Amino acid sequence: MSIWSYANPVKFLTLSARVQPVLWVLSMACVATGLIWGFFGTPQDYRQGATVKIIYLHVPAALMAINAWFMMLVASLIWLIRRHHVSALAAKAAAPVGVVMTVIALLTGAIWGQPMWGTWWAWDPRLTSFLILFLFYLGYIALWEAIEDPDTAADLTSVLCLVGSVFAVLSRYAVQFWNQGLHQGTSVPVATGGRSVDDVFFYPLVICMIGFGLLFVALVFYRTGTEIRLRRAAALRARAGRAA
Amino acid sequence: MRALLIRDLTLALRAGGGFGLGLAFFLIVTVLVPFSVGPQAELLQLIAPGVLWLGALLACLLSLDRLLALDFEDGTLDLLLTAPLPLEGALSVKALAHWLTTGLPLVLAAPVLGVLLNLAPAGYLWLVVSLAVGTPALSVIGCFGAALTVGIKRGGLLLSLLVLPLYVPTLIFGAEVARRGAGGQEVATPLLMLAGITCAVIALMPFASAAVLRMGLR
Amino acid sequence: MLRVDDLTLARGGIPVLTGLSLALAPGQALILRGPNGAGKTTLLRSIAGLQPPLSGRIEGAEDRVAYAAHADGLKAMLTVTENLAFWARIFGTSDITPALDAFDLHGLADRLAGTLSAGQKRRLGLARLLVTGRPVWVLDEPTVSLDTGAVALFAAALRAHLAQGGAALIATHIDLGIEAQVLDITPFRASAATRAGASDEAFL
Repeated sequence: MSIWSYANPVKFLTLSARVQPVLWVLSMACVATGLIWGFFGTPQDYRQGATVKIIYLHVPAALMAINAWFMMLVASLIWLIRRHHVSALAAKAAAPVGVVMTVIALLTGAIWGQPMWGTWWAWDPRLTSFLILFLFYLGYIALWEAIEDPDTAADLTSVLCLVGSVFAVLSRYAVQFWNQGLHQGTSVPVATGGRSVDDVFFYPLVICMIGFGLLFVALVFYRTGTEIRLRRAAALRARAGRAA
Repeated sequence: MRALLIRDLTLALRAGGGFGLGLAFFLIVTVLVPFSVGPQAELLQLIAPGVLWLGALLACLLSLDRLLALDFEDGTLDLLLTAPLPLEGALSVKALAHWLTTGLPLVLAAPVLGVLLNLAPAGYLWLVVSLAVGTPALSVIGCFGAALTVGIKRGGLLLSLLVLPLYVPTLIFGAEVARRGAGGQEVATPLLMLAGITCAVIALMPFASAAVLRMGLR
Repeated sequence: MLRVDDLTLARGGIPVLTGLSLALAPGQALILRGPNGAGKTTLLRSIAGLQPPLSGRIEGAEDRVAYAAHADGLKAMLTVTENLAFWARIFGTSDITPALDAFDLHGLADRLAGTLSAGQKRRLGLARLLVTGRPVWVLDEPTVSLDTGAVALFAAALRAHLAQGGAALIATHIDLGIEAQVLDITPFRASAATRAGASDEAFL
């Protein structure tokens, strides 16, 4: 049985119903553990004081903001190549979650930036890139809303997602070129090999990131299920209208 | 393809074609800027390259929703789809016509408006060069946006929302060339990046535009 | 010269026609009949290549179809001659005089298309068929807003086209006064049980 069998909406709903409870419990447990450990179980930073603890919201949200777009990109490709409806609807379902993550990252960043840099907002490359990502999300969602035919909407938003990804990466480098910034280096060691936070802060952070990741997956499962049921309702209504 | 170009240019130049509208908009935006930020010459000189680039970009955006919507309404797009003309080519030609009637006049008018904003003498050359290199990208990317929104009623606002984020890299590098030129700094890096973006979108974007147009008209 | 085999078509994700086959020989015209919403326009659009069928095959349509529907692709700010000459050049032909002759447009040749009446515009739109040089005409309600005289002009042009070995597929409700087979597409209407891979079926 291949993974593509879950492209069938009914199969997907069955699977989704089975894994969702597990996902919800796990993600909530991770997020709660990570946040409580992070907020109460770590020492105050000698330089940043307690303000550093917002990192446990800021970094996971930022991570998921980018990965949500990446997931939409993959789902869009699958829709364009293999025409699986679940894939298109999953991309549609992920977009609002991605927007919320982006907004959380931007807001917590502003709240963190105020005491640290003395300003709510700076045109730093990372901040600016996230703002641009936010605009891309808005455009993507607006295009979904604007087109009546669901298949055409899926096609057009998928291409927009592909083209948008290229331009988002391009913007990232353009923005870096445009203004070298204030933002500290990455907190996650995968990309750079070194990291800017100590182990004490890092473990709860990892748990938070895992928690946010699972939360994202759970939300996407949930919202995709809703989208599938909406499409099903519309299809049934259309059938009924024709039979009458 | 030449026939299509000639037709689009003729239509733009005839009454009601909207030629000059973008130019007038560019002029008005530029005139309004000193009213909003104050008449200090040094301040205007500082922001002139950026304001001129932004004005040109918005003027370009203004005419985008006419690029394909009119042809959609009167059925021309359907007929072009059945014609022995690759849609990619037709869209490239339409983008070219858009640039010739919107982008090129903006490039030529920019130095005159630079005087109004007290642009530094060294900046004129690089302003024109950056606009000449950058505005074709704006037309081609805009054509993609127009193709995305072609079947949508009142797609104009949506078009702006979709196209403006795509304009970010072009704007950054274009305005950087103009700014560095005005400040007498070295411009090669941003200029090459700008030229790279323009070449890449001219080469690749028509395929994306044609793909979404086929999907949208289905 | 045109063959359609076992075609299933959808409009808005819902199948409208199924199991439809037809064939056109050179010199033959086929009139499509059917009530509103039966799928005539959808069928013609699919044959013109504007909309992919759900299943079935269309042969001999690629680059041979001249399509005319409700919108004529005319530009109000171009003259009659300019409009025709444009489409002639797009389709790689150059002589627009026969088209002007056939639809009696010489008197209007220098008028802007925007100043024409609805019937005159329609004549211009039909004249476009002649400059395409394409052998298969696919026409959706070609006689809308034409008066009796103009309908006769159109019938004559159609007859000449057929005599030259062309073919035509026409959705119309009026009698054109030409030798033509009539195909009623009502029996091919898709039922609620039709399964052909339409987009909403995956959700049922």
